[in-house]
Amino acid sequence: MATLTTTPNVPNTPTPTAQQEIVRPSRPRPSVGKVAAWIAMAAIMLVTLLPFYWILRTALSTNTGLAAHPSDPLPVDFTTGGFERALGLQSTKEAIAQGGSGGGLKFWRYLLNSVIVSTLVTVGQVFFSAMAAYAFARLRWRGRDRVFGLFLAGLMVPAIFTLLPNFVLIKQLGLVDTLLGISLPTMFMTPFAVFFLRQFFMNIPREVEEAALLDGAGKIQVFFRVLLPMASTPVLTLGVLTYITSWNDYFWPLMVSYSDSSRVLSVALAIFRSQTPQTGYDWSGLMAATLIAALPMLVLFGAFARRIVSSISFTGIK
Amino acid sequence: MTIASSSPPTRRPRAREDEGDGRLAAVFIAPALLGFLVFLLWPTLRGIYLSFTRFNLLTPAKWVGLDNYDRMVHDPIFWSSLRVTVEYVFINIGVQTVAALAIAVLLQRLTQSALLRGIVLTPYLMSNVVAGIVWLWILDTQLGIGNEIIGGLGFDHIPFLADKTWAIPTIALINVWRHVGYTALLLFAGLQAIPNDMYEAAKVDGASEWRMFWRITMPLLRPVLAVVLIMTVIGSFQVFDTVAVTTAGGPANATNVLQYYIYGSAFGRFQFGYASAMSVALLIVLSAITFLQYRITRAGQTDLG
Repeated sequence: MATLTTTPNVPNTPTPTAQQEIVRPSRPRPSVGKVAAWIAMAAIMLVTLLPFYWILRTALSTNTGLAAHPSDPLPVDFTTGGFERALGLQSTKEAIAQGGSGGGLKFWRYLLNSVIVSTLVTVGQVFFSAMAAYAFARLRWRGRDRVFGLFLAGLMVPAIFTLLPNFVLIKQLGLVDTLLGISLPTMFMTPFAVFFLRQFFMNIPREVEEAALLDGAGKIQVFFRVLLPMASTPVLTLGVLTYITSWNDYFWPLMVSYSDSSRVLSVALAIFRSQTPQTGYDWSGLMAATLIAALPMLVLFGAFARRIVSSISFTGIK
Repeated sequence: MTIASSSPPTRRPRAREDEGDGRLAAVFIAPALLGFLVFLLWPTLRGIYLSFTRFNLLTPAKWVGLDNYDRMVHDPIFWSSLRVTVEYVFINIGVQTVAALAIAVLLQRLTQSALLRGIVLTPYLMSNVVAGIVWLWILDTQLGIGNEIIGGLGFDHIPFLADKTWAIPTIALINVWRHVGYTALLLFAGLQAIPNDMYEAAKVDGASEWRMFWRITMPLLRPVLAVVLIMTVIGSFQVFDTVAVTTAGGPANATNVLQYYIYGSAFGRFQFGYASAMSVALLIVLSAITFLQYRITRAGQTDLG
């Protein structure tokens, strides 16, 4: 395992266990500089977090109240109307009366679509990339380095470049406006996922594998029973980050989906925002919708935060 | 293509020890290779081909040689979108790198709190769409809290997203807000690799934090900084979501970034050939930047971050 006392320029070696508790030297008593540094830190935290509070405060206000008291730090005329509108629980008449557009947001449909797409992409990408990474890292076969070089070159192609031709392809496959069409391009691999996991597999000592082979396990079993479990932290990190990326993706789903049947939350949200009622934006409803759209990722992150954060902090995963 | 040199794919994942793992490897690599060939390599080649055609999706692509490129060179909106994109990238990357570095150093030198590191990452969990809408609200000219505060301080309200000069910096800063925590954690990873005794030794010699930052942190972090910079530059060149949600390219093309213009050409005017040509231009720009940065920083010798 790479320790902190080795070469300074290699943060990339995935370290399986988080080395969080680093023994710090005893600190001198608080100086002016230290106080200033803490104030800077507090300011950073504030800028980071305040928008979240403002979303909540706005979502729980009425649109008329917001117009009357734009800077009131607490919700104005506390109401859950915004959430009801975002979830499509209000009648059109009610919604328009409260400053909504009356345009529907089939929230549960979009949520389900987002869950399906993100799950397909994450499970497929992480699993298939892990298999490929294993083949690149642990198996001996002719042409391995050349194929790997090809994958390496794939890293250089920016995502935007493949989007248009991929749209043409998905259209020719008849998969436009389907969840599969949204998922397919990233479901099998991304060069990065292969690299990231390959690097981890390379760092597992040969002996671990050999011991299992001696015990009569096949290479397939070695992969599933030994290496994959050992890689659980990087796999989890990659999985959660892939899920978040896929959940938040907007450009590609916008290209591919045209109707409610395949619309995901990010796209639905942008459409909800563009349905401007005559009275001006329905800010309360919009903030409620953004909060609902973001909440699943906050929860997911909350559940794995510790491992994810240390994994990013210590491996430099991108 | 080089796959011919590996064994042909087979359904039977059994391999003899002594003859290599060819068959097994073929099975293991098949799905990823399929995805690579179909959704990465083929679209790349096809994108280049389409850039030499007139193509509207309905009728087959028609070869027109360099027409699209000729048009591109004479298209003022293309050049303005390229300029706007570069402006965005400079502001976004400049602010983000400095801020991320500051956050990373504060996190490293001040505390080891995983909670603070987690908080810094929260905006990254939002989509660009959500971040765009939220800041659209905060910066709203009439009711936004941002302008309320500015007004409270006695200044005129600023039309952040509706004004030609303000719009791009505003969008750049919104994206800084969303991404800076992630970048900070990547740099933090680099900082963690700097041995602590170096700081201790410097301290014994009476060096200040400021001096240690310039003499220890910066030189040792440079390779990591270079890799992170390449990734963020390439990422930020692809700005689209925030523009689409906040300004839709306006006012008067002031935020019509290249990616947005490409999208409009393809899906608004069904000029897939022309849009492809502009994508090729973007690809060339990005390749050139990557190449230059690798050459300048020799970041290529560290493995991929």
